[in-house]
Amino acid sequence: MMASEKLFGLHATALQLRSQRMMMLASNIANAATPNYKARDIDFAKALDLAQQGGSTDNAISYRVPVQASLDGNTVEMATEQTAYAENALAYRSSLSFLTGRINTLTRAIKGE
Amino acid sequence: MNGNFSVFDISGRAMSAQLVRLNTTASNLANAGTVAGSEAGAFRSLKPVFRTVMDDHGRATVQIDQVTTSKMAPSKRHDPSNPLADADGNVWEAAVDSAAELVEMVETARQYQNNVQVLETAKGLINETLRMGQ
Repeated sequence: MMASEKLFGLHATALQLRSQRMMMLASNIANAATPNYKARDIDFAKALDLAQQGGSTDNAISYRVPVQASLDGNTVEMATEQTAYAENALAYRSSLSFLTGRINTLTRAIKGE
Repeated sequence: MNGNFSVFDISGRAMSAQLVRLNTTASNLANAGTVAGSEAGAFRSLKPVFRTVMDDHGRATVQIDQVTTSKMAPSKRHDPSNPLADADGNVWEAAVDSAAELVEMVETARQYQNNVQVLETAKGLINETLRMGQ
């Protein structure tokens, strides 16, 4: 943990959290038709803070407040979920390219090119 | 309890649940307009009941809890010329709301597509992660 923290900064943790959030949003989209399902999301900034302090990220999970409640008690709103999913995928990709850049730099340094 | 869901479990199981829903809609629409000689023998539309399945980490997927029949009653129609008609000349039409079933079909197709999209994006990200640093 310490070694990778030094090498990759917070991008390693960020990537892990992005993956967790992706699962959470996939769960919401999967349950779009389940009566009484309450959509949840991870507060990314809070989760990153918690992860850096070495705590559990479970406390960063909260229920989504729907713009308009539906009759069957389901709080999944497709537009919200799809936007969040797309944004999260993009952020995952950017964390990934930061990591790739870092790895390339280190490889070059090791090879002494 | 349920172990650890991957994104493939979550969306894959949701897709199979939506497929069951599409199948019930198809059989409801196929039976719309059919008649029977008694109220008990008439077709009643099938309705799937979705249920959330949680894993140990708060991720959730969906499964079909049961397939119930709708509470809508078959409608009685006086049609003495029908070979299925009872002694009073009545037949019972299948309890299917075609308009509602069509709406259900479109919604099911859309939600199935959403799950496919989720899987595709996730698969792309996982592939990129595998190639990280190369």
